[in-house]
Amino acid sequence: MRIVAEHLSYTYDASSPFAARALDDVSLTIEEGEFFGILGHTGSGKSTFVQHLNGLIRLPSSQKRYRPKKGQALPVLRVGEFDLADKKTDFKALRKRVGMVFQYPEYQLFAETVRDDVAFGLKNFAEKGKMPTEEARTEAVKSALEIVGLDYGEVADQSPFDLSGGQKRRVAIAGVIVTRPEVLILDEPAAGLDPLGKKEIMELLHRIHGDWCKTIVIVSHDMDEIAENCTRAAVFSEGKVVMCATPKEIFSDEARLSALGLDLPLVAKLCHALRARGISIDCDDKTEDFVRAVLSLKEGGA
Amino acid sequence: MKDVSFGQYYPIDSYVHRLDPRLKLLFLIVYIVCIFLANNFAALGVCAAVLIVTVIFSRVPIGKVFRAVRGVIVLIMITAVLNLFFYTGEGEPLWEWGILAIYREGIFFSVFLILRILLLVVCSSLLTYTTTPVALTDGIESLLTPLKWIKFPVHELALIMSIALRMIPALTEETERIKNAQKARGADFESGNPVKRIKAFIPILIPLLLSALRRADELGDAMDSRCYMGGKKRTKYKKLRFSWRDLIAASVGAALLAGVIVMRIFLGGIL
Ligand SMILES: Nc1ncnc2c1ncn2[C@@H]1O[C@H](COP(=O)(O)OP(=O)(O)O)[C@@H](O)[C@H]1O
Ligand SMILES: [Mg+2]
Repeated sequence: MRIVAEHLSYTYDASSPFAARALDDVSLTIEEGEFFGILGHTGSGKSTFVQHLNGLIRLPSSQKRYRPKKGQALPVLRVGEFDLADKKTDFKALRKRVGMVFQYPEYQLFAETVRDDVAFGLKNFAEKGKMPTEEARTEAVKSALEIVGLDYGEVADQSPFDLSGGQKRRVAIAGVIVTRPEVLILDEPAAGLDPLGKKEIMELLHRIHGDWCKTIVIVSHDMDEIAENCTRAAVFSEGKVVMCATPKEIFSDEARLSALGLDLPLVAKLCHALRARGISIDCDDKTEDFVRAVLSLKEGGA
Repeated sequence: MKDVSFGQYYPIDSYVHRLDPRLKLLFLIVYIVCIFLANNFAALGVCAAVLIVTVIFSRVPIGKVFRAVRGVIVLIMITAVLNLFFYTGEGEPLWEWGILAIYREGIFFSVFLILRILLLVVCSSLLTYTTTPVALTDGIESLLTPLKWIKFPVHELALIMSIALRMIPALTEETERIKNAQKARGADFESGNPVKRIKAFIPILIPLLLSALRRADELGDAMDSRCYMGGKKRTKYKKLRFSWRDLIAASVGAALLAGVIVMRIFLGGIL
């Protein structure tokens, strides 16, 4: 499903002294099949934006008591065939196809067993009178747990609260992907994990990407994560999209990034340092790619 | 935050905001006494005038003040209607039907009652609009200090109150976040029969409870690690101090109380 957003703006607690403008005229298109990154400082509006994509935050025009104002560019938000600016949109159907993993998703686990927790979405999204059979449910839960790298036989009957931090997070992710959403959005999926845990999360996202979920959108403020994994990325700053390009293009504009208070990924730093010493290297900002470029340089030079 | 009508501080700067919280608490008590001492429209009118001036000086928008009234509108209506129909006055009733009758005095009495409740609600909500929860608990602690003589744990009580108040916004936000997370997994909180709806809240309540316990643990550890000890010899970050503003407000309170008592003695009656 293609995601098209135009002129999105959002203010929390409008009309109160706490009013905070979180999004300011955001326009962004995410193509089907992308592994899209959303970058930016804390408070730049990343989470607010992604919560629009499955209707957890509604556009004004999709709310019951809406009176259009004249002379305003109407915001547009389409996800596949769903028009999120329309009151009549079936938001539950939308949420079934656009999965959303919140920041620290392990804090939303609640059931007695891992099996029940993962099956929660499965039961909720079942159409009326078409509750999947016990076997079908078990099958779905099993494959979801396996693709996130957990052993079904081992964890299914445990309490989710007895697992380790990284395992809990993977259970939470399994609980979202179990309904096989076409788009999967993850808000800072690796935040608060150790380096190995981070690596495992990214690996499992690549396993999911493609067959399981066509499009993946991750929110992150880790430059390396974006550089290593994403096909394209958008940089948010103070509620606006200030850049939207491939990681290579984004990280080549060092001056602009540092003006925004953002760092470079390690590989880009190395490339810059080498270039400053007169060694020109052409590569994407991925570790593997960098190694290949350096090796070919070595062979060429030798 | 979604309409939390508790601890609804309105963050601006005004004469009333700057008053000492202890004085505001005492003023509120005196004011409530005045409302109940006032037994005629003239005295109640004076009370109302004082409150209106206070609202103006507080610069809290009038819409906010009315929002506080909205919460008790049903209570006001019921009280007024009951009084209207069941008050037995002297002379001929204006209207009669079975045991229901409306007397001239009944009408006055109902209006009087409505006014009383309105003043009561507006002045107490004005206190929470103009005083941060922290200042409020500081004020309460300070006013309750004499109870320490009978070994009442005033400081601990105030600490519990301020922590509870401090946690309300955090837990509201947390609730909102968990609710959204479960909604993203297809949870439905709006439809179905009452039993179903209550059950739908389990996926919110359990994570919320766990999170509250975790926060409490962390806060306890943080306090321990900084060697927190309650009770004596603790100094305050913000020392409460009376100033000329408080003197003016105190005089207004005293004058109001005196005026209402005088009017009660010399005017009497409801009219
Ligand atoms: N529930 C909320 N209520 C009020 N303000 C909020 C809320 N959530 C976020 N904000 C504000 O909106 C802005 C954008 O926040 P957010 O979208 O969470 O940013 P990010 O995810 O990039 O850190 C911030 O200034 C934040 O303080
Ligand atoms: Mg965020």
